[in-house]
Order: sequence, then structure tokens, then C-alpha cells
Amino acid sequence: MTAVVAAPAFPAPARRLGLRDGLRNTFTLTWRSVLKIRTNMEDLLGLSLQPIMYLLLFTYVFGGAIAGGTHAYLQFSLPGILVLSVVFATLGTGLMLNQDIANGVFDRFRSLPIARWAPLAGAILGDMVRYSISVAVTLGFGMILGFRITTSPLAAAAACLLLLVFALAMCWFSALIGLLVKTPQAVQWFGFLAMFPLVFGSNLLVPLNTMPGWLQAFVKVNPITYLTEAERGLLTGGPVATPAIRSLLWALGIFVAFAPLAVQVYRRKT
Amino acid sequence: MRYDATSAPAVEASRLVKRFGKTTALAGVDLVARQGRVLGVLGPNGAGKTTAVRILATLLRPDGGQASVCGYDVLRNAYQVRQLIGLTGQYASVDEGLSGTNNLIMIGRLLGLPRAQARARAAELLARFELTEASGRIVKTYSGGMRRRLDLAASLIGRPRVLFLDEPTTGLDPNSRTDVWAMIRELVSDGVTVLLTTQYLDEADQLAHDIVVIDRGKVIATGTPDELKARTGGQVLLVAPADPARLAEAATLLEALAGAEVATDAEAGAVSAPVTDKALLPRVARELDDRGIELAEFTLRKPSLDEVFFAITGQRADPLSREGSTPPDPPGKTQTRELEDSTR
Repeated sequence: MTAVVAAPAFPAPARRLGLRDGLRNTFTLTWRSVLKIRTNMEDLLGLSLQPIMYLLLFTYVFGGAIAGGTHAYLQFSLPGILVLSVVFATLGTGLMLNQDIANGVFDRFRSLPIARWAPLAGAILGDMVRYSISVAVTLGFGMILGFRITTSPLAAAAACLLLLVFALAMCWFSALIGLLVKTPQAVQWFGFLAMFPLVFGSNLLVPLNTMPGWLQAFVKVNPITYLTEAERGLLTGGPVATPAIRSLLWALGIFVAFAPLAVQVYRRKT
Repeated sequence: MRYDATSAPAVEASRLVKRFGKTTALAGVDLVARQGRVLGVLGPNGAGKTTAVRILATLLRPDGGQASVCGYDVLRNAYQVRQLIGLTGQYASVDEGLSGTNNLIMIGRLLGLPRAQARARAAELLARFELTEASGRIVKTYSGGMRRRLDLAASLIGRPRVLFLDEPTTGLDPNSRTDVWAMIRELVSDGVTVLLTTQYLDEADQLAHDIVVIDRGKVIATGTPDELKARTGGQVLLVAPADPARLAEAATLLEALAGAEVATDAEAGAVSAPVTDKALLPRVARELDDRGIELAEFTLRKPSLDEVFFAITGQRADPLSREGSTPPDPPGKTQTRELEDSTR
């Protein structure tokens, strides 16, 4: 090619994109996601007020009825509310992807010489920050209300880490919905329809033995139940190993089932 | 020397085909954009303009045909093509949740600029597009014109050699439109090749060196604006009766005398016909006078591209009256199109 522009920024286009370039692209897009949390006050407010609302509601409305006292119930329910907040927060991944596609932001990304998977990876990494905020707010506010970690700081850290790992798997499911449906409203509807039975059909807020047999059968295989048990074990004592391994296996299963699907849909769309 | 007329075209497409289910968006489109020139892709809504741009910008795979940018195939060398192009979509594709500055820094970083350089380039472009004052504000708060300017700035971060502008002024007020035009001219003077789609004939007339007219996925005409204008027979006679009630009568008469199809614009109360024979004028004037039709206007002029489009397709190129788009204004306002703001 003859020179066209007096001083071109790209004298000759590079032949291919390396993994390091792809990672750098991913981090730039992660930075974008994190910036958006800071600038989008509504999202940040929702992200922190939602767990606070759950905590107040469940502790003071149901606490007396279920556990005979608010403090006793808080010790029981807080690990569950942590799970609930984080799982619902994963809906945000699908919402954001959906918006990016509808707004044409993804078209701009795709017209740039960047790694094809970077926008997806960047969005999900950025969302890990959102989930961390959700975990921190829930745990912090819970402790203000009187929740006490009766294990060790190390166990508590492990509890948070386990939540994030699970969220990292769940957000691929959310991403898939976000890529498949047309509007943000639809993302919310489909997400809630799928997540409500999963989240509330568990021992997350209510002890297992109060439920009818057929429901117990479902609750016993529900990944949310294992995750909640593991969280209880890590925060307030009890069995940890079995539920933790089972929730990790579930997380792996969810990831293996939905991540390739989401990537495939993403590739077809892009 | 900024551009070399003998070198290969900046954008070349041949026999592009694209189907979406049963609808054929492109049915074999050929086009060539010369280096350092503006190619205007003109056509009504749903003609296939956006589909063509999306294929050329590597966003969409064609079902048939070939396309290249600066000699790089858009399918096999998509990565190289992406390093050479800038794209401004029909709908502003900037991130609404970020500030103007951060939008541009993000793209600079994605293009591999170091942090400081990305920041400097962002500031430079914000200043050039008169957005410095709004640079720290979140894009959601920008007006349509500001957003479009930011979008344009975003597509220039990487100093592209070829710029795709998909309806860059749709939905803008006349002032913003003129601004965007000035910026496009400036870019072209810097040696950038521009491929511009538009529904506005005057826009193509103002900016484009070459024009491709697309309708229903097919190229129906190509040439320079002057060549296209010459197609209608050189000149156009416009007749406006003083009494609008006699417009139909005047139209029938003009059609009979000109021996060609006439275009009636009820809104403007005028009727126009292509003129190939100079003797037509006195004849039309005489006949109108004989019938006692008084005239408000009787002019001979070069045809507008609007009339060219009409002559080629047999229909008005009104962007709002076809393909089920939602008209913000009542259709038929062809005469005042340049003042319309077809807000989305």
C-alpha cells in the first residue's frame, strides 16, 4: 500500500493479537465497568440498599415467627441473605450486556482491533467488584444489627471468597439471558423467574424440616442450599467441607453449562 | 502528497449479498470509495445502507460477495481492517454511563495508547469537537448533537484512514448538521477516506465526491453528483400556480407537454418536470396562459438530487414515508427536508 495519510498512527497494521493484548483490553474494560459503578448512583444505591432492606425485613418481620427472636434469627439468616443478595446481583451482568448491545456500545468495541472475548471478560470481572460491594454491605450492616462471626477471620474471608466464586459462575447464566433476550425488562423477568424458585426454594431463610417432603427433596439438591450451609458453617460454625465442596462443584457445573453457551451466543451476535 | 489517485481504492465491495431470514437486505452491491474522497451511499430507509456499512466495518458477515478496506479482506483480515477504520453508527455508540473524557480514554487505551497519551488524545479531540466544557459530565446528560460529536471523536482516536459514517446527521438540528459537515470536510482535507450513508440528498450533494444510490438492496445508480443530475435531462422546470387549487390541472398539462412523468409537491404547491427540449418553456407558458392559470413561480434550474432520485426510482426519496419508519412529521414535507429534525 502506498502511504495515504501524512502521519498514520498505524504505519502497517499488526498481523495478530496476542493474549497479552487481550488481557490488557480486558483490564481496560474492567476499569470501565468499575467506573460505571461509581458514576451510576442508582445502581450503587440499589446494590447497597437491597441487602439492607432484606436484612431489616427478614430479621424483624419473620425473625420472631421463625426463630422466636430477632437475634437468633439474624445469626441463622444472615449467611442466607448474603447468598440471596449476591445471586440477585448477578442479574446485573445480564442487564449490562443487554444494554451495551442495545446501545450500540458493543458495535463500537467490535469495530476496534481488540480481543473478541475482552468485552465479555471485562464486564464479568468488573461485576466481581459489584458483588464484593454487595457482600461487604450485607455483612457490615448485619453486624451493625447484631450479627456476630463466631468462627475466625480466616473462615469469614473464605466465606466471602466462596460467595464470589459462586457468583462468578452464576453471572454466566445471567450473561446468557442478557445476550438472548431483547430488552432489559425481559432480562429482569427471565432472571427473576429462574432465580426465585432457586433462591427461595432452599434453606436460605427457613429451616429445612419445616417444609413438606416433596419440597425437601428439591431443597436438598438445590445448589443454593449447599452454598447457604457452607456460609453458615464458615461464619457461625457447623459442617463446612461437604457443603463447600458441593457448592464449588455446582459452581463448576453452572460455569461449564452456561459459559460456553454464552460465549457461543456472544460470538454469533458479534 | 496526500492521496494517490492511481493507487487502489480505499474501500471496495463486489456483489455483496446479505439475507436476514427471508428478507434480502443486500442483493449484490458493488461500490468503490477512492482514497481521500467521500463516497456517499444514498438511499431511503431500509435500502440496505446500514447493512453494507456493517459488513464493511467487519461487524457482519456477508452471505456472498467480497469486500476489502485498503486491500485487506473484511473477513480474512478483519483484525487489520479494524486497525484502519473508524465507525460512527446510526445510533450513537458511546457509553452513556461514562463521562465524555472517560469514553475517549477508554477507546484510546483499547487501541493500545499508554495512559498519558490516551488522556492527551482525548483532551485534543474534545477540544476539537467543542466538548471540553462538557467533558467531565456523564454522556447521558448530553444533547443529541453533543453525543454525535462525541461519537465522531471516538471514531477518530485511532487516526483511521477510512471513516464509516452511518447517517451521521440523522436526528440532528440544522446547526449541528452544519457542524458535522464542516468536520467531515476537515477530515477529508487531512486525507481521510469517508464512506457516508445518508437519506438526505442535499447531504450527499454537499459532501460526496462520488455517489452510489441504493434501493431495496441494489445499486440503482452511481456517479458524481453532477453526473447524476445530468441524468434527468439536464434541467428541471418548476411551475407553481398562484391558485393552489389549480395545481392538478397544471400537472396534467405539464405532463402532456413534457412527455415525461412530473413530480407534484402539494405542500409547496408546485409541480416539476425534466426538460430536454428548450422549446418546452414557451409552449408551457403559452398553454398555461391560454387556460388562465396565473403563476406564482416559473423557473428553470439544475435538478436537485431529490429529483434525480425520483427520476431513477419513480418515487420520492422521502426518508420518512417508506419502509414503516415512524414519521415524526407528517409525510410529504419534501421541500423542507433540510430543516427537519427527524428526532428518534
